[in-house]
Amino acid sequence: MAKTVDQYFDDLQQTRLWRSIFRSGPGSSTLKRALVIQQNVFLHLFSTKVRTRVLSFSATWYLGTLTLGTFLILVATGIPLMLYYHPSAPQAYADTKDLQFVVSSGMFLRNLHRWSAHAMVFLVFAHMFKVFYRGAYRPPREFNWVIGVILLLITLLLSYTGYLLPWDQLAYWAITVGSNIASAVPVIGDKIHFLLLGGHTVNANALLRFYVLHCMILPLTAMFFVAIHFWRIRKDGGLYNHDSEPATVRARNAGSAVKETN
Amino acid sequence: MADLKDFVAGVDSNAKKSPRRIVFITRRTSAQVKAETEEQLQTFPEVLFRAAVAVMTLGVVLVWTALLFNAPLEGLADPSHTPNPAKAPWYFLGLQEMLHYFPPVVAGVLAPGLVVMALIVIPYFRVNIEADGLFLKDRQKRLRIFYLVAGALSLFLLFFKVYAALVPTLIMAMLMLIAAQSTPHSASPFRRYLAARPLSYWVMTWFLFELVVLTAIGTFFRGPGWAWVWPWQGS
Repeated sequence: MAKTVDQYFDDLQQTRLWRSIFRSGPGSSTLKRALVIQQNVFLHLFSTKVRTRVLSFSATWYLGTLTLGTFLILVATGIPLMLYYHPSAPQAYADTKDLQFVVSSGMFLRNLHRWSAHAMVFLVFAHMFKVFYRGAYRPPREFNWVIGVILLLITLLLSYTGYLLPWDQLAYWAITVGSNIASAVPVIGDKIHFLLLGGHTVNANALLRFYVLHCMILPLTAMFFVAIHFWRIRKDGGLYNHDSEPATVRARNAGSAVKETN
Repeated sequence: MADLKDFVAGVDSNAKKSPRRIVFITRRTSAQVKAETEEQLQTFPEVLFRAAVAVMTLGVVLVWTALLFNAPLEGLADPSHTPNPAKAPWYFLGLQEMLHYFPPVVAGVLAPGLVVMALIVIPYFRVNIEADGLFLKDRQKRLRIFYLVAGALSLFLLFFKVYAALVPTLIMAMLMLIAAQSTPHSASPFRRYLAARPLSYWVMTWFLFELVVLTAIGTFFRGPGWAWVWPWQGS
């Protein structure tokens, strides 16, 4: 009798190689499914179970998940873009032109990267307001809210540093307008401005600095905080659901106790 | 019911003598008492599947956008030729609109700094945790404070001719006045809703309103010299 695909997969899961990589063996018992999450270095950031009620679309609009989605798309499109790009003026502009007209699917890569970046900024803001209006910042989640604010700022910086990289007029003057704001900081404004740009105006040094910030420092910082952000959801009692919060339940139980004594 | 317990509570540190011991958790020391069990799903595969569907849907939308619309690319950067207007990315246009009215240290440093500080401290104030309707307690006192703050803010914006920020402020103030005249027992559901809104809701909604209006004005209604243009006029 021929084996089904599932049986082949079970066989594969029983091989020594598979077991050496993924500790949980074959089968789909609750334990095994919990182990998939718990024994994976990335997935163990999440809890093994989630309350059904918080998974409804209206609870979160999936905005946090979608923000992660845009981030993944941006990493996946950003790395190939780096292969065709030199962070030097004016070569950067020529490379961007090449991406538009010479590189296979270069136009598509750049378009997807840019629209995803705009989507991510929008989704991060939307996520913040959704969390606020749901009241999900309440203790014990208050520090995860603060990490969220940090991630909002990192997202804005990521988008802003990426804005300069095409080295066209749009990029150059947007960064000029933006970086001039840094000069307005009292006392140390000019120092910050100089540190950011590597000069007094937007020039080749600024391009290189923004490139390093955009492709290395800020993404790594973002991943660091995103990991904490996800891990703390689990540590702070899962996704927020007003009706399951200890304070709400206590109040409800106290209310029903009063009724019973009457 | 009485005398059914099969243990004797006592203090004993000798594990060999009494191998069964009971932990008493007093109210003071209990970390998290599981209050209630409700229906749960396994993260693998159910929740991850939903997340994958959400991300793929977004991916399809973004791929179609990328296929249909090209990212802008203008001429080579030229420091000697300033475009008019020179605009920041859209998410900073609210800030740039503020820069039109106020000196950079106010609009570019003080205002965004205060916004970030305000966002960070939200969960650390008891008033935001309890989240009672703003005008349900100490109504007269809170109304006086509201008149003072809303009046001062409106006069300040009027003085600097920031009509773009003044109009949302006045609309929010009107909604807050309706809220002050409403109770949780009002006839209309809308009034009941407004009456239950806490302080943080009003501040945040005002901020969101201003953010959207200022960003929209900066994006669509500003032309050469940061003068007002209608979107259909072109540049």
